Amino acid sequence: MKKTFAVGIGGAAGQGVATPGDIFAKIFSRRGLHLNAYNAYQSIIRGGHTFLTIRTGPEKVTNMGDRLDLLIPLNQDAMDRHLGLLTEGAACLYNADTIKPGIAAAGVELCPLPVSELADISRNKVAQNTLAVGAGLSMMGIGFQAVEEVLGEQFKKKGEAVVSENAGIARDGYDYATAHFNTFAWQLPMTRKRHAVLSGNIAMAMGGAAEGLKFYCAYPMSPSTGVLHWMAAHARNAGIMVRQVEDEIGVVNMAIGAAHAGVRSMCATSGGGFALMSEGLGLSAMMETPVVVIDCQRAGPSTGVPTKTEQGDLWQMLGAAFGDYPRVLAAPLDIGDCFKIIPEIFNIADRFQCPGIVLCDLLLSEGRLSVDPQDLDFAPVIDRGELITEASSSGANGDGAYKRYKITDSGVSPRAIPGLLGHTHTAASDEHDEDGVLISDEFTNPTKRRAMMEKRMRKVAGIEASVPPPELWGPRDAAVTLIGWGSTKGVIEEACEILIEQGISANQLQIRWLVPLHGEAILDILKGARHTIIVENNYSGQFARYLRSETSFVPDGYIRKYDGEPFMPHHIVEAVKEQLSGKSTLSVPAHEILV
Amino acid sequence: MATALAATNHVALADLKGKVDPDWCPGCGDFGVLAAVQKALVDLQIPNHNVVTISGIGCSSNFPGFINTYGMHTLHGRALAVATGVKLANHDLTVLVTGGDGDGFGIGGNHFVHSMRRNVDVLYIVMDNQIYGLTTGQTSPTSRVGMKTKSMPFGNVEAPVNPISLALAAGATFVARGFSAEQKHLTELIKQGIRHKGFSFLDVFSPCVTYNHDNTYQWFRPRIKKLEDDGTYDPADWMAAMGKSLLWGDEIPIGKFFERTDVPALQDAEPVLNAGPLIHADPRIPAEVGRAFVEELM
Repeated sequence: MKKTFAVGIGGAAGQGVATPGDIFAKIFSRRGLHLNAYNAYQSIIRGGHTFLTIRTGPEKVTNMGDRLDLLIPLNQDAMDRHLGLLTEGAACLYNADTIKPGIAAAGVELCPLPVSELADISRNKVAQNTLAVGAGLSMMGIGFQAVEEVLGEQFKKKGEAVVSENAGIARDGYDYATAHFNTFAWQLPMTRKRHAVLSGNIAMAMGGAAEGLKFYCAYPMSPSTGVLHWMAAHARNAGIMVRQVEDEIGVVNMAIGAAHAGVRSMCATSGGGFALMSEGLGLSAMMETPVVVIDCQRAGPSTGVPTKTEQGDLWQMLGAAFGDYPRVLAAPLDIGDCFKIIPEIFNIADRFQCPGIVLCDLLLSEGRLSVDPQDLDFAPVIDRGELITEASSSGANGDGAYKRYKITDSGVSPRAIPGLLGHTHTAASDEHDEDGVLISDEFTNPTKRRAMMEKRMRKVAGIEASVPPPELWGPRDAAVTLIGWGSTKGVIEEACEILIEQGISANQLQIRWLVPLHGEAILDILKGARHTIIVENNYSGQFARYLRSETSFVPDGYIRKYDGEPFMPHHIVEAVKEQLSGKSTLSVPAHEILV
Repeated sequence: MATALAATNHVALADLKGKVDPDWCPGCGDFGVLAAVQKALVDLQIPNHNVVTISGIGCSSNFPGFINTYGMHTLHGRALAVATGVKLANHDLTVLVTGGDGDGFGIGGNHFVHSMRRNVDVLYIVMDNQIYGLTTGQTSPTSRVGMKTKSMPFGNVEAPVNPISLALAAGATFVARGFSAEQKHLTELIKQGIRHKGFSFLDVFSPCVTYNHDNTYQWFRPRIKKLEDDGTYDPADWMAAMGKSLLWGDEIPIGKFFERTDVPALQDAEPVLNAGPLIHADPRIPAEVGRAFVEELM
């Protein structure tokens, strides 16, 4: 089993959970450690309860894990909710002035900090947080110098006095812990690696900047807003036009306008905003103007649970906009993949002149992961497909030689951008002929309609050929094959490792490209599987139903979770054991951590 | 809406003739708007490949198919959103947006208001016939109280929107009204609207001869009064424009209600466009900029 260490910080929104989290994350990352951070929070600006889990270790950390090693409750509520979940070897650092500990399990060390003795709390309202950071790092075996450096950066904008005050408080916490508390049995190692730590939203925004994006627009909606924030802050350096639009209908249509004029164009939203965009997706398909839309799923339906994760939008993506048309739909597998998937989907959308949808979710959008900076490639392949950006001498004005929707074997017609001599044409949302003239009004013509429909749909074969089929990971002939899609990659991977350690061989089929699906390749992989279970973060088994509709494949069992929180490895491990013993074919694990 | 110059070849009316003839009903006001737009482009000598005509859905929204420029015939109500994207991606293009009152003030009302406060540099021509035509005669947002239609057979009880007052309130920097039967006057307003740098709104009375028997050519003719004929009217005076916009009845003003030139058009307010249209920008961002983005995360 991989060695990891997890810190949990809990408190009310506004109590400053984020800052100690950022400090820990930076210190871990600069030691060359990997990390994964997940913040469980509510749609509230002040109050409520938020709980940030940062899990770190020398190898890749792909999910929040099952165990907390250090709990830092910033209020009584956080203590009461989480102390009981700590197990042997863990510790709890808390403000002894304001918080009473409950009953801890055997082997859990309670570490009270006499905050008012150690710091002037009338001057510094978050002194307890800074003391706890210092104390925690001492117990992990991290030298104080690292703390000083990061605090310096964290509070740089507030001036030298604030930096030195906080460094002093952290030092007091550090020294107090050294004198009074035990150190953890596993002291955090160092490696020579350097990592970038980023959220999925930042990754997708940066992926856009890398692949030549020039236009981004959005309406704020959790959990997609982080993309807008990165774009807005970096637009001028990246040369990207960023607009906040009046609604998501305006967003998708504005993005299509920019794309039609010839630039790469993208927008992001969540399920509710996406619903408003769906007619626009049809416009993109009909005018054959490529646009990329990101949907960051949250728990639905309707306003749902805005700050919680779910994989509940799959069928909305599959059915978005009426009529048949080619589309591309991909779900990133982890935060690093959020970056990579953007250039890939843009190249396909551009080549096949159709809408591309990225199906992300809150877990990736707002979670944070350490990524090798080499994986953030700012020079990816850019393939704009058959795009005409210069007027040819042959295309004299008005001779009708250029046909925007020319019928071709591939279904792809060379696309001229507005402004070129000799290529004037109208792109229409109505059905049209090769030259763009409408056939839907008085000119309605079944032969032409059929020809244009078939032209567009021929692109589906080309799209399928340009996307790789999925692969099976792990040992062949395993006792159980776990099938997931998108963001569950990391937690299923770890569940397989645990199962293998416990003597149950397990492998994983993780789907990244949802459309095209490569159904036959999936069937080929699954026909030899001994016991198949589909794992997904929704109520009805949306992917299971989709897979069945495309391939007739029915698995042996299902693991589903729809309480708003992501899977933890033990949820899957226990469900697999339950199903292998024949007790159930549908498991819905309970989320024990009440946040 | 400002225009790119660079007329190398002479632009003639024949260059602007669309691939198909308009399928509007004989006598439809939209014919007059099409002719005036074509004449304005010839007068201004804007080559047709530098023009994008963008519409939503409706009788008048079939406009882009009837003129030889680049065209986009988009979704019902969404033309302004699409046009904003086009203009921001390539602000060298002259962007004309054409549509009807239902498309612009009904289903597209939200984009209408926000495009004006954004001062996006397009000319928006609404062929306002106070009725839904393509759906065969229902009440529109500009239908008068009492008008009987298929959707309100006992008479409209909802107050109509006043497009001119709305545009003034929303911050449009050029606001005008024309009448499709007043060709020379309308052509002049279109030319001014194209030249104006910022959002130009032009509401045009364009009678529907099939479904609107209230607001006919005969009804409009004695009522319309050109603002230009009043030597004392100052289109820089927003309060005066608001006052004139409220006139409806025996006297209905047409002409330029308002223009201001001190508000930067959206493309001039955004430094990211200083180096020229985005479509000409290098798709790759400089390597050092990419590295700096990654460094922030370390």
